[in-house]
Amino acid sequence: MNDLLFLIPILPLCGAILCGILHAKGGTTKSLSGYIASAAVLGSFAVSLGGFFALGHGEALHQVVYQWIATGDLKVSFGLFFDNLSGFMALVVTGVGFLIHVYSIGYMAHDEGKAKFFAYLNLFIFSMSLLVLGESLPLLFVGWEGVGAMSYLLIGFWYDREGGWPAVAGQKAFITNRVGDMGFLIGMLLLFHHFGTLDIAALKTSSIALPAGLATLISILLFVGATGKSAQIPLFVWLPDAMAGPTPVSALIHAATMVTAGVYMLCRMSFLFVQSPTAMMVVATVGALTAFFAASIAMAQRDIKKVLAYSTVSQLGYMFLACGMGAWSAAIFHVGTHAFFKALLFLGAGSVIHGMHEEQDILKMGGLRKYMKITYVTFLIGGLCLAGFPLTSGFFSKDEILWETVKGGGQIHFILWGIGALTALMTAFYTFRLVGLTFFGKERFDPAEVHPHESPKLMTFPLMVLAALALFGGIMGLPDLIVKDGNWIHHFLSSSVTPLEEGMGHGLGHNYELMFLLLSSLIAIVGITAGFLLYARGPSFGQKIAKMAHPIYVLLAGKWFIDQIYQAFVLTPLFLLSKLAALFDLLVIDGLVNMIGGLAFSLGRIVRKLQDGHLQTYALWMAGSTTALIAWLVFQLWS
Amino acid sequence: MILSSLPSLPQATTLIGGVPTDHIMILSAVLFGLGVLGFLIRRDLIVVFMSIELMLNAGNLAFLAAARERFLDPEGQVYTIFVITIAAVEAAVGLALLIAFFRLKSTLDVETATELEG
Repeated sequence: MNDLLFLIPILPLCGAILCGILHAKGGTTKSLSGYIASAAVLGSFAVSLGGFFALGHGEALHQVVYQWIATGDLKVSFGLFFDNLSGFMALVVTGVGFLIHVYSIGYMAHDEGKAKFFAYLNLFIFSMSLLVLGESLPLLFVGWEGVGAMSYLLIGFWYDREGGWPAVAGQKAFITNRVGDMGFLIGMLLLFHHFGTLDIAALKTSSIALPAGLATLISILLFVGATGKSAQIPLFVWLPDAMAGPTPVSALIHAATMVTAGVYMLCRMSFLFVQSPTAMMVVATVGALTAFFAASIAMAQRDIKKVLAYSTVSQLGYMFLACGMGAWSAAIFHVGTHAFFKALLFLGAGSVIHGMHEEQDILKMGGLRKYMKITYVTFLIGGLCLAGFPLTSGFFSKDEILWETVKGGGQIHFILWGIGALTALMTAFYTFRLVGLTFFGKERFDPAEVHPHESPKLMTFPLMVLAALALFGGIMGLPDLIVKDGNWIHHFLSSSVTPLEEGMGHGLGHNYELMFLLLSSLIAIVGITAGFLLYARGPSFGQKIAKMAHPIYVLLAGKWFIDQIYQAFVLTPLFLLSKLAALFDLLVIDGLVNMIGGLAFSLGRIVRKLQDGHLQTYALWMAGSTTALIAWLVFQLWS
Repeated sequence: MILSSLPSLPQATTLIGGVPTDHIMILSAVLFGLGVLGFLIRRDLIVVFMSIELMLNAGNLAFLAAARERFLDPEGQVYTIFVITIAAVEAAVGLALLIAFFRLKSTLDVETATELEG
């Protein structure tokens, strides 16, 4: 099995090349591209599955494909590392990726650029599997940048629509990520400076002790990288705009896989993070605040994809909260369940948009459950999971995060839990606001013009599979309370992550766990009921509330005006600074260069007079110089 | 060198009258100076060309005088032959250039050729 690992990234790469050729060739064969791409990802999934079962023998799989960099002290091999953590991630990426590929065949059926689209999607899977399987930080970084590039290309896939807005959104995503990548890169270089290696396993077992301050610094720098990729405060602004891309892209890249790369990286580097309680607290706080912040914005959005986008930001916040609490397995558990239900919700939203002729405003929908039964049922399941309805997968993973947060028993734990619980309430509320406005109530569109219809089987099939996964995915991590040793994923991942050292006080005993479990259920049910009751009959009641609390509504609908704040305090000063720099360049730098050039030129003007073209002037110079030379020689010899 | 060591050779001065070598050298220098002067100030290319020949032959004269001073050293005489040969070749090339120049300009005035002025 070791020698087959390279197939996981290579198969999608080959698929991408084939699709690229089909795109260049054009014609009707383009329709093949979707099947080729899906088959390539299915192959990767099969290999991952094989690797997963091989893991049962205990040893992690490891394949060094070739020596990649060997320069001075830096030696980096192109090595793939398939342990419990990366294996789980690879399964999620290729499995969910395959379903979304299949869905895309239906979704992109009428698009001219579909072969290009599938080439990008396959390249994305290639980069993502490199990110997940890379045994060293540089290789992980290559995948990291690769998924960023594919994200940019796919957000801007319809660059000519809506006045070029998708292209702008793509650039926003790319540039925002650059800020985070800067932190990641500096952290990586500091690690190399201190340890002399970038191999993750070697770093983990390194005997060199890290000073506490440096551990905090590196951890926070790596976390800055994660905030970029995983859309956390302060770098989350790109993700909602990334919805300009085709919906399967939003499902695959901006919900299920790429945005969880930051969480994965933190878990991979958990041995570093646990050395710095300060960094862990920063991670937890940022995660909790992001979760709250994004959920509050999601309550006031009208665009079906924007609601889901903010909910993704919010759920990613939960994952970072778990990471910050040292509950690595809970974070990865939520990565898995979130991948299922959020991909399901996005694909369902895509199905709705598809059936509604590219309409994304939920205020112009309503009553769709009559027209699209499968989409409705699967979307409802996804919504229940997101809202944390008891016994769904989202319930188990979210509850585990909340329990891991509060279990420490300290004041800060209760504060963070409070934020998390409030967020859970808002999550349930906006999810069922979305479900109610979309599928219930009267039709708020003209049935004479718009004929909502169910999507083709290629699109509904992945929905059903994902719905099953979302509904039953919780089995991976049942709390001990329900089934003894039921938390399979916790035991499965324990060999890959480094737990936080215990001893932060007594903490809450297991007696409290049931209480918090019931509290979580209650919160979810209250939120669901409230959202559903308020909005199932249409938006009018909600609008009344919005009018009553007008300033709050404006704040939320305006997304806390973060974009405007960034514009005023970051972009405008930056723009002015760059204008100043341009002026400096134009006057000082260019002036200096031109001055040197001018000097040489004027010198040349003087000297060139010597060359007047007259043969005899030259001869005179020759004769004169020769005479002078001889005179000098004679003088030297005589004296 | 071998020849110069032979005792039976006659005295050089007896062969060419009794003109002292210094005088011949001064004559050579004067001729060379005239050649340089002619080269520098005359505008007619033919005359410039003749000035070059004058300089070459001034050199030849110096060679021969020096050879005589060293008991008819054949080395100096061989150099003279060399110079004459090269002068012949140079004359062929030079005259060809002159003809080309005349075809181009319809004159032989060197002052007219200033195309490479800086």
